[in-house]
Amino acid sequence: MKIAVLAKQVADLVEGVEIDASGKAVDPTSIRYILSELDDHALEEALLLKERVQARVEVFSLETGEAREALFTALAKGADRVVMVQIGLESAPDNHTTAKVFASVLKGQPYDLILTGVRASDDLDGSLGGLLAGYLDLPYVGLIRKVEVAGDGGTVVVEKEYPGGFAAELEVRLPAVLGIQAAEQPPRYVPVSRLRQVMKTAKLEEATAAVEDIGPLAVRRMYKPEEGKGATMLSGDPDEVARQIADILAERRLLR
Amino acid sequence: MAASILVVAEHFQGHLTDVTFELLGKARELAPALGGQVGVALLGHDVGGLVSELGAADTVYAADRPELREFTPDAYATVLGSAIRHAAPRVVLLGSTSSGLDLLGLLSARLNLPCIDNCTALKIQDGEVVATSQIYGGKLFAEVVLPQPTALVAVAPGMFPVDAGKVSGRPEVAQWPHELGPSETGTSFRRWIEPPAGDVDITKVPVLVAVGRGIQNAENVPQAEELAALLGGAVCGSRPVIDQAWLPKTRQVGKSGMTVKSKLYLALGISGAPEHVEGMRSAELIVAVNKDPQAPIFSVAHYGVVADLFDILPSLTAEIKTRQG
Repeated sequence: MKIAVLAKQVADLVEGVEIDASGKAVDPTSIRYILSELDDHALEEALLLKERVQARVEVFSLETGEAREALFTALAKGADRVVMVQIGLESAPDNHTTAKVFASVLKGQPYDLILTGVRASDDLDGSLGGLLAGYLDLPYVGLIRKVEVAGDGGTVVVEKEYPGGFAAELEVRLPAVLGIQAAEQPPRYVPVSRLRQVMKTAKLEEATAAVEDIGPLAVRRMYKPEEGKGATMLSGDPDEVARQIADILAERRLLR
Repeated sequence: MAASILVVAEHFQGHLTDVTFELLGKARELAPALGGQVGVALLGHDVGGLVSELGAADTVYAADRPELREFTPDAYATVLGSAIRHAAPRVVLLGSTSSGLDLLGLLSARLNLPCIDNCTALKIQDGEVVATSQIYGGKLFAEVVLPQPTALVAVAPGMFPVDAGKVSGRPEVAQWPHELGPSETGTSFRRWIEPPAGDVDITKVPVLVAVGRGIQNAENVPQAEELAALLGGAVCGSRPVIDQAWLPKTRQVGKSGMTVKSKLYLALGISGAPEHVEGMRSAELIVAVNKDPQAPIFSVAHYGVVADLFDILPSLTAEIKTRQG
């Protein structure tokens, strides 16, 4: 079995995200890039499958942000091959463009499964997995928390999450694209020493792909929510704040 | 008759979901400016009984076939795609939900139509349809003019009132030709998996102390549990906390977790990403503690504190112990 994992670079939301001078886009220089959290889960699920059914795991990323480090990390975790796709753009394109690029790279390749995070924090125009499946004319299921290869290897049985803690068990014919919500275990950790060693010895493959202009959505304006709008902000040292919160709870008869 | 707005109805275990009515109410509000007609696509098997609940629509585009009994993305996208071509609406409204999100990408790519996800507001301005989407975990909003002739919009659940779309009536039922070949039925439904039982039902607890990534590790969770116990409540968490197995799945609040309406929701170290807010927006009193003054949780909270939760939690626990004698 051969599995492709698509890894996207997104803004680390622990840091700030600023709007550029046009007022219509994010300022890429304001962002600290990290691997999209759910793509990390997609990679983990692929590595779990590799352990169970001897799958080969190959990871693809566009050359944006810290893609190089993310790909080496994937190798250090156990991926068999990593490929950086160069498209000649400085910042990350929208998901329609990204999906078309990945479709051109993956089309006709013998992958049984293509895994990606079911969503990323910069998804304005839908999520990558569904778009890619549409372009490749493959089945797609998103919000997946478990993947098992079925007996004959021609299908997978997946668990798709629904509200209220429900899940649906579905059988999906391969090849297929899956949008991962959570791997079956937390993504594994790679010691820095191991990563350094891999970066010294391993090889990062590069591929190039053409970007066709598909007319992304015209963003008219970007803005931040008004800071603290709606909330009454409490301030003071921790004991003062604790007293204020306790007063509010007492007033509403929430203290027993 | 062509629809100006086509709502994709969602049903779960025989009932239409709230987001269906939220979308219908919004569609009804926008329809006059777009030509007046609201359509709703109802896919399923033996779901004719739901038509009378869809009175907010003028037309129900109904597809009833055994393959559509439960949601599978490819079969639903195929039949919906033909409905969209048939009805040729200006806007297609879906829920940004487990099924809606799957359909959004597939339909956008297959039909070559633009799409937008996580929509929180939708209005008509100077003849244009303008959608607002929440991105970057709720830290930014983007306003987009929806391109002609048809755009797909996935709306975050809970953004529009349910009641506006809950109208009983007898909308016209329309049929259209649709086919399902073997390639569209490659995904088959096997069974429902019930939520794990045997734990506290967090939807029924009056006080919830909710922890997010800011709690840092499983060893810190008992601090929150102590406060929850003092207040007669329980601890719950956001997605990352569940994924790290710091709390069991039964304690998850938000998309694919629970939707809670507790009397108090004390959010500790939770940024307030839309997927989480979806599950706790309706709590009666929300108090949030977060280090980041720009955390979107402060937009939904009633009271906010910009601080490290580990500074506030011990003081608050001590204060409440004192008051309870």
